[in-house]
Amino acid sequence: MNRHQSHSQTPGPISRRGLLRAAGIGAAAAASSPLLAACGFGGPGASGDSAADALSGSFDWKKYKGKTVRLLMNKHPYTDALKAHVAEFQSKTGITLKIDEFPESNYFDKVTLELRSRQGNYDAFMLGAYMVWQYGPPGYLEDLNPWIKNTAATHGEFEPDDFFPNLLTAGQWNFKNGADLGGGKQWMLPWGFETNTVAYRKDVFSKLGLKPAETFDELIDLAATVKRKAPSAGFEKMYGVAVRGSKEWATIHPGFMTMYSRLGLKDFEVEGSKLIPKMNSPEAVEFTDRWAKMVRDSGPAGWTSYTWYQASSDLGAGKAAMLFDADIAAYFQNQDTPAAGKLAWHPGPKGSDGNLATNMWIWSLAMNANSKNKEAAWWFLQWATSKEHLQYAATEQQHIDAVRQSVATSGAYKDRLATATNFVETFEQVIGETKIQFTPQKNFFDATTSWAAALQQIYGGADAKSTLDKLATALEGRVNA
Amino acid sequence: MTVTAAPARRRDDDEVRPEALQTAPTVSRRRRALRPYLLAVPAVLLCVGILYPFFLGVAYTFYNFSDANPQPSFVGWENYTALFTSGSFWHSVQVTLMFAVVATGVETVLGVGVALLLNRSSWVGRIFERALIVPLMVAPIIAAIMWKLLLLPEVGWVRPVAEGLGFAGYSGTDSAAWAFIWSVVVDVWIYTPFVAILALAGLRSLPSSPFEAAAVDGARWWLTFRRLTLPMLWPYLLVAVIFRLMDCLKVFDIIYGLTTGGPGDATTTLQINAYLEAISYARYSRGVTYMFILWIAVYVISMILVRYLNKIQSRSAGV
Repeated sequence: MNRHQSHSQTPGPISRRGLLRAAGIGAAAAASSPLLAACGFGGPGASGDSAADALSGSFDWKKYKGKTVRLLMNKHPYTDALKAHVAEFQSKTGITLKIDEFPESNYFDKVTLELRSRQGNYDAFMLGAYMVWQYGPPGYLEDLNPWIKNTAATHGEFEPDDFFPNLLTAGQWNFKNGADLGGGKQWMLPWGFETNTVAYRKDVFSKLGLKPAETFDELIDLAATVKRKAPSAGFEKMYGVAVRGSKEWATIHPGFMTMYSRLGLKDFEVEGSKLIPKMNSPEAVEFTDRWAKMVRDSGPAGWTSYTWYQASSDLGAGKAAMLFDADIAAYFQNQDTPAAGKLAWHPGPKGSDGNLATNMWIWSLAMNANSKNKEAAWWFLQWATSKEHLQYAATEQQHIDAVRQSVATSGAYKDRLATATNFVETFEQVIGETKIQFTPQKNFFDATTSWAAALQQIYGGADAKSTLDKLATALEGRVNA
Repeated sequence: MTVTAAPARRRDDDEVRPEALQTAPTVSRRRRALRPYLLAVPAVLLCVGILYPFFLGVAYTFYNFSDANPQPSFVGWENYTALFTSGSFWHSVQVTLMFAVVATGVETVLGVGVALLLNRSSWVGRIFERALIVPLMVAPIIAAIMWKLLLLPEVGWVRPVAEGLGFAGYSGTDSAAWAFIWSVVVDVWIYTPFVAILALAGLRSLPSSPFEAAAVDGARWWLTFRRLTLPMLWPYLLVAVIFRLMDCLKVFDIIYGLTTGGPGDATTTLQINAYLEAISYARYSRGVTYMFILWIAVYVISMILVRYLNKIQSRSAGV
């Protein structure tokens, strides 16, 4: 340290122009570049012609031998099952698979940027039904129906009717806000899925003499009872029910939307060509308020950061007595956790008329409309969704729930799930009423993320009616813009 | 030796070969004529590379480009009027400004405090001086995730500590106030060392004579700090404040990683709204409009601060 230096050693005057220029350019680059690089301004939409129409003759698995298919995949047990079976595909077709995997937290950002670039770097990828509503309209997805229907392109045992009908329909839409799912275009093929039910700790319920809830009122009481009684019964710091709570669309779609639908509530109603938000109807306000109160009274602290991971981990770690979420989220917690072997499944509370309307998430496979390798990509897609691969994946790996009826009803599949108490029985009870319960629309992610934010505010003590009124007013303008 | 000999030899050669002098000017003139343009090429390329996307981005703000509307049309000022009449926009302006002012203020005060402590030469100070840089080496998104895990009531250690200290009912970032406070804490944790390092550099370059004179006059520590240290340190601190304020106005990773802008919209800043609009909701024009407005705000605020910085630098240099 030199204390004998003169004033001249204070920093020299920085040129105002220089600093301003640097600041301006830096800020501009920071603000603009990442986004703009990702945007293909006004890119082409999908054309009406399909590459499938050019194929003729008989089907041959080896037709595209020597080609390489690049896949963009989420890190998931389904992807692990695929990787375990890749050699089978490669020897059957002679096609090489290159798989890039990303964790779910940034997977869809990666998919979105890839599709937006329209470069066709990946030929096929994983997505859910809601993504079709966003990726479909700009023409990022290839219609798979011409491929399915062309006998030169599809092997005879593909049998699309073998998929559970609601799963196949979930991949069809005409891109008109509010229009029902279905139609002549198939934008994705179901690969694996999750129905939403209640998983619970059977040992805790047995010790406390409790039974799973059959109505929403019972669920609220049950969750409170468990939280009150479990610690004194030897289950220290156990709380009642785990559900998702983070500020994202995924908070709305599992337990919340399932219970919401069972009570006969709607997210939107279609009036002419307009979508009218209904999450502020008196019944919806009452339900949302009670849901938030249930979580506040009987859920985890720190709920607003709860994703599927935290919610299901709490069940596995013995911190939660119930999980109202994806059936498979709980299934994976039934192995190698403190709660292993102690979980049981139940359809969850019924609606007032006894209905079990259930929302679902479908991990599906789609083809990039900008793929330069569509034929080989289709050869992969039909193999990955075939009975052959899905039977192997569901019985030898962890590819659960099965999207094909032939797999779901097979003895081998049921046998491997027999150790999960009431898993199959619960699945069979709800599958008939399991479908996408949201109104299809292009601004789904805005609507549901904003809905989750409103739910967090109500959980934090905000008035449910005014919060949901404000949400509905804001959404009406945005979803109809 | 070689270095000095070589030019001398070249001069000798030029003297004995005058024809070389006759051809050299022709080449040299061409080169001389081209040289400014060649020198400007990297700068031009850099400008085009930076300005093209910037102006393209500005152009997007006048269109309705989104995935729902992939063939956009010109909409004039519609994106701007939509934002300026939206409660969500003004709320995010408020959150952004509050975050920037509070975080920059706390970091500056703490940074100066840490610098004053480290300025006393001791072996402890020397160790801390080196350790100080560690948070700066952690990527902000990693720091945010690290803190998020610490704050989670079910798994982190903050809850047991809080309960041990008698604060019952700890709930992480569940409440709007705590979500904001923890976001500021993470920013302060990462960036206080940045301010401290600049302040320490400033402290060590201050002249000693005014302090010696003050000591002879019997001035107390607080008076010396207020009347001598702080005014002389101010140019250094202002540089730190400018950088931190600009950075805090653009904050994204820390808040997104910690709270995703929640609960509700309690920590939703302009950048988070821009991200949601452009990436999550695929409404590109609306997202770019958020960013352009933020850029204007950052530019204007930094311009005012830089003008002030120049003024006090001129004053301290006696100009």
